Amino acid sequence: MSHDHDHHHHHDHSELSETELRVRALETILTEKGYVEPAALDAIIQAYETKIGPHNGARVVAKAWTDPAFKKALLEDGSKAIGTLGHVSRVGDHLVVVENTPQRHNMVVCTLCSCYPWEMLGLPPVWYKAAPYRSRAVKDPRGVLADFGVALPKDIEIRVWDSTAETRFLVLPMRPEGTEGWSEEQLAELVTRDSMIGTGFPKTPGAPS
Amino acid sequence: MNGVHDMGGMDGFGKVEPEPNEPMFHEQWESRVLAMVRAMGAAGAFNIDTSRFYRETLPPHVYLSSSYYKKWFLGLEEMLIEKGYLTREEVAAGHAMQPGKALKHGTFDLANVERVMVRGKFDRPAPAPAKFKIGDRVRAKNMHPATHTRLPRYVRGHVGVVELNHGCHVFPDTAAMERGDNPQWLYTVVFEGRDLWGEDGDPTLKVSIDAFEPYLEPV
Repeated sequence: MSHDHDHHHHHDHSELSETELRVRALETILTEKGYVEPAALDAIIQAYETKIGPHNGARVVAKAWTDPAFKKALLEDGSKAIGTLGHVSRVGDHLVVVENTPQRHNMVVCTLCSCYPWEMLGLPPVWYKAAPYRSRAVKDPRGVLADFGVALPKDIEIRVWDSTAETRFLVLPMRPEGTEGWSEEQLAELVTRDSMIGTGFPKTPGAPS
Repeated sequence: MNGVHDMGGMDGFGKVEPEPNEPMFHEQWESRVLAMVRAMGAAGAFNIDTSRFYRETLPPHVYLSSSYYKKWFLGLEEMLIEKGYLTREEVAAGHAMQPGKALKHGTFDLANVERVMVRGKFDRPAPAPAKFKIGDRVRAKNMHPATHTRLPRYVRGHVGVVELNHGCHVFPDTAAMERGDNPQWLYTVVFEGRDLWGEDGDPTLKVSIDAFEPYLEPV
């Protein structure tokens, strides 16, 4: 984010919250002490805003739906398989991909903080980092899913993966029906962020997005 | 530590409230905090486990009433003060009053940006063979360290099954205290929902954690 935006507000500090003032003061101190260059901070923010996001995960899911050999490799070693896709290779070494089936639905949480596969899904939404989700996902996942308007069959197994280490989990949702013959690019459009966390399903063909 | 951050299984926090079309940042300062944490970590001021520990040690009422990035900010400020990178006087003044302390990897400048966008490696060579194999029944230890740990309270004392072996990884309990990587075997251990939550628990539920070997004992 550029500093032009800041300058716009500099004339009136009364508009700034206490937190905003404290954050600015800290950045000033870190800069004056030679620890960071503000332009490098701008570049980090720009990289997060433009390079990471659920489009990376969606591309991986769509490829797994169309390429059985890739899917097999992905489930065996997520990081290694994704590494072969070039531009989404920032994922690191510890990504585990877990497959939804008619018998099992997977859901990912981090009860201790907010661990999340940033490289695949972008920065996590507020609800993923907040107490209601972190507390209830491991105890009452069906109740949590109801908050998302999602209902699962009564007898399907629910597997909740608590991300307590540096391993990261990505849910491979089931391919929607009615998509036979679709291209990877078309399929990727159906893959939602929440379907890769396990709190939602992919979009259905023809349904309004 | 048995802090409020260890939320698994707690009641009373209400419904999950997804926000339609949520922006990446809700306030501009949030992005600056994210960038400062990433930059100072990459410059070598702290490791990821230490930064988590500083958020966990925020007073419970502060932890519970602060947004995610506010917690990041409060943890960062306190950590940098305690590690000697800045002083409380400088924070109060809003300006540097003395020269900076040397950073392991030097000033975080533009040349370092790409480095923070690649996820770090946490696996390490194994100092000893793995004690457990896939399929083993293991008990999560009844342990309550007052410092950083990644064994959530809700599994302690319960029996689960080893499902995956992820190799040897940096051990957060020692890394957080800056006492070295101390690599330990890391396993996915899966528990039956009813073992964790009793007879009223969801019979279709299984919950797994990723558990370091020192968290586990054979059954």
